[in-house]
Amino acid sequence: MTDAAQTGPMLAADGTPLKQSLARSLRNQKLRALALIAPLLLFVLVSFVMPIGQMLFKSVENDIVADTIPRTVVALQDWDAASGELPGEPVYEAFVADMVIAIEAKRHTRLGTRLNYEETGMSSLFRKSGRQIRRLDPVADAPFKDKLIDIDEDWGKVETWSVIKTHSVRITNGYFLNAVDMKRTPEGAQAQPEDRQILIKLFVRTLIMSLAITASCILLGYPIAWIISNNPARIGNLLLILVLLPFWTSLLVRTSAWIVMLQQQGVVNEILVWLNVIADDARLVMIRNEIGTIVAMTHILLPFMILPMYSVMQTINPSYLRAAKSLGATNFTAFWRVYFPLTVPGIGAGSILVFILAIGYYITPEIVGGTSGIFISNRIAFHISSSLNWGLAAALASILLAAVLILYWAYDRIVGIDNVKLG
Amino acid sequence: MKMTKTLLASTAVAAIAGGAMAQEMTIVSWGGAYTKSQQRAYHEPYSEKTGVTIINDDSAAEAVAKLRAMNEAGNVTWDVVDVVAADAIRLCDEGLAMEIDVDTMLAPAPDGTPASEDFGDLLVSDCFIPQIVYSTTFGYRTDMVGDTPPTDVCAVFDTDAYPGKRSLEKRPINNMEWALICDGVAFDDVYDVLETEEGQNQALAKLDTIKDDVIWWSAGADTPQLLADGEVVMGSTYNGRLFSVIEEQNQPVAMLWDAQVFDLDGWIIPTGLSEERTQQALDYIFFATDTQRLADQAKYISYGPARASSAPLVGKHADLGIEMSPHMPTDPENAKRTFLYNYEFWADYRDDIDAKFQAWLAQ
Repeated sequence: MTDAAQTGPMLAADGTPLKQSLARSLRNQKLRALALIAPLLLFVLVSFVMPIGQMLFKSVENDIVADTIPRTVVALQDWDAASGELPGEPVYEAFVADMVIAIEAKRHTRLGTRLNYEETGMSSLFRKSGRQIRRLDPVADAPFKDKLIDIDEDWGKVETWSVIKTHSVRITNGYFLNAVDMKRTPEGAQAQPEDRQILIKLFVRTLIMSLAITASCILLGYPIAWIISNNPARIGNLLLILVLLPFWTSLLVRTSAWIVMLQQQGVVNEILVWLNVIADDARLVMIRNEIGTIVAMTHILLPFMILPMYSVMQTINPSYLRAAKSLGATNFTAFWRVYFPLTVPGIGAGSILVFILAIGYYITPEIVGGTSGIFISNRIAFHISSSLNWGLAAALASILLAAVLILYWAYDRIVGIDNVKLG
Repeated sequence: MKMTKTLLASTAVAAIAGGAMAQEMTIVSWGGAYTKSQQRAYHEPYSEKTGVTIINDDSAAEAVAKLRAMNEAGNVTWDVVDVVAADAIRLCDEGLAMEIDVDTMLAPAPDGTPASEDFGDLLVSDCFIPQIVYSTTFGYRTDMVGDTPPTDVCAVFDTDAYPGKRSLEKRPINNMEWALICDGVAFDDVYDVLETEEGQNQALAKLDTIKDDVIWWSAGADTPQLLADGEVVMGSTYNGRLFSVIEEQNQPVAMLWDAQVFDLDGWIIPTGLSEERTQQALDYIFFATDTQRLADQAKYISYGPARASSAPLVGKHADLGIEMSPHMPTDPENAKRTFLYNYEFWADYRDDIDAKFQAWLAQ
C-alpha cells in the first residue's frame, strides 16, 4: 500500500511520468496520421495553394518597370511631374543606358506592353524607339534629350515620364484601382472616365445574378429532392439517375441546347407562334441576355442543389410528420413547422455550393449571356487569355475571392456553418 | 482558377513531352477544318519526307496566354505555333517568340526571288512567318433580303432596308472601322479619326443605332450557325467559315465582300526551346512555307496563300472540285474595297478602346 501513499506524479512502467508518456504516445499518433496525409497535403500545397497564391500576388507585383529601367527609376525620383517641366538630361541619359541593355535582352517591348495598359501608345513607343535607341552608344552619343525627342516626340511629353514614374513602384495598388474602375495617377487614385467604367457594374451583376440562380435552384430543386426521398427506392433511384444524367453530358452541349430551345427561331418560340400565343414578328427574346444566363445556369447547377437536399431529407424520419398531424397540425403547418426546419441544413449546403460555383462561371454566360448576361469572370478570362493583363485579372480574382469569403463569413454568422450538411 | 488549370495542364503535358524522342513535334493550331487543311498540305508530306511524327494541339485560341505560362514555368512543350499576326506581334514583344531571319530561314520562290520579297508587306513582325491571308467579312441570307441583295457594307447599319438581327464580333476591332466608313468617314482617314476620343465616340454612336439588332459573337462558328438557323439576316465572320456554309452545307447564304478586313495567320517558333528542337522547328517551317506547300493548302480551305508566288498555283478544291480562286479573299473581284488589319494601331489602342467598347456594350 506504499503506492497509494506516494505523493509524486503517477509513473508509467518505464518510470517516466504518465502524463508525459501519454502525451508522447499521442504525439506519435498524430505524427503518424500527419505522415499518412502528407502526400495529399503536399499535393494540395504545390498544385493548388501555391499557384493560386502566386497568381493572386500578381495583382500587386510590379517589378517590371524597376527591373527593366532601374537607373531611370532612380533618376526620376528627383523629378516632379507637377512642375510641368520635362525631366533633365540625367534622366534621359539613364534611360538610354537602361534601354540599350533592355533591348539587348529584348525586354523593352515587354515594358511597353505593361505601360500600355495605363497609357495608350506606350506599346508602339517602346517598340519603335527601341529600333533606333539600339544604335546609340550610352557614353559616346550623349547628350540624349534632343536625340530621344527626335526619335519620337512622345519622349518630349511630361505625361510619358509621369506614367513611367507613377508605375515604377515595385508593389502597386494600380491593378486593384483599375479593378474598381479607378486609376493610379501622380495625384493619387482617381475615378476612370465614366465611359470606361464597367467592372463594378459587373461585380454587382455577378452577385445579384448568382443569388437569383441560387434562388431558382432552391425553388426547382426542393420539390424534386422531396419526391426522390419520399418515394419507394425503385422510383427514387430512377429519378436520382435522371438528376445525375446531365453530368454525363458535356457542359458545352447542355449550354448550346438552350440556344436551340430559346433562340428566336428556336423550339419554344416556334411552339408559341404555332399556338398563336405570340405573333410571328413578336417572338420572345429569351437567350443572349440575363434570362438566358439564369435559365442555362440554373439547369447546369441544379444537381448541386438537389443532391445535398436529398441526402438531408432522406434522414428525416417520416413519423415526425405523422406525429405533427396526429397532434392536429394542418398539412401546411406540419410541413412548415416540422419538416422544413429539418431540411434547412440541406438548403444551406446546396446554396453555398451553387452560389460559389455560379459566381465563378464564365463559359455559360459567355455563350448565352449576350451583353447583359455576362459576369465579372468573363472579364477575368479576357484579361488572362486575350489582353494578357494578368495583374488586372489577378486583382479582379482577388476581389471576387474576398467577396465569396465575406459572404461565407456572413452565412456562418447568420445561419451557422455547423448547420450545413452534405449527407 | 484558369491559371491553375493552365499551369497544371502544361506541367502534365511537359511530363509527357519530356520523355518523347526528338522525332516528334507538337504543332499548335486552330483545330477543325483549318488543322485538317494543314494536316493534308503540310504535316503528311513532311512526315513522309522526314519520318517525324507530328502531334496536333488545338489550343491556338489560347496560345498567347499558354505560351506565357509555359515560359514562366520554364518548360515550353510546343515546337511550332499557329497564331494570328496580332498575337505574333504580342508574343514577339513579350519575348516569347523567336526572331526569324526571313531570307536564310525560309525558302526562296521557285524563280529565286528571296522570301522577304515573296512575302513582302505581310512580314508584319520580326517573329512572324505568314501562312495565309484570311478576311473578316459579311455573309447574308439570300432568302431574307428581298430582291435587292446588299452590295455595300453599310447595309449592316441599314435596318430599314434589311430588317432583322445582325451578328457582329464582341470586340471593337473591325466594328469600329465599319461604323466610321458608314458614318461618312473617308476610307483612308479611318485610323486618324479613330485615334481621337471624338472619333471613338462617333463610331460607338453609329454602332448605337443598331445596338438592339445585334447579336454579339465570340467564336468564329457562331455566325455560320446563326445564319443557318435564320436567327440573323447578316453577320460577320471569317471568310473560310462562310465558304463552308455556302459551298459545303449549301445554305441559302451569300458573301458580301465589301470592306472585308484582311488579316494574316501564320507560324511562330517559341523561345526557350533546346537547340535541337529549334532546328527541327525551323526545318519544318522551311518545308511548310515554301511556294508549293502554301498553294496546296488552298485546296482544302478558302484562305489565300501568303506568298505572291503561290497565287498562280492555286487550283481546285480537293473534295468539292470547284475552282478556288474566286473564293479567295484576295481575288480582284472580291478585293475591290478592303482594309488591312492595322496591327500597329490596334497594338496601342486595343486595351483602351476595348475598355470603352465593353462599357458601351454593358450600358
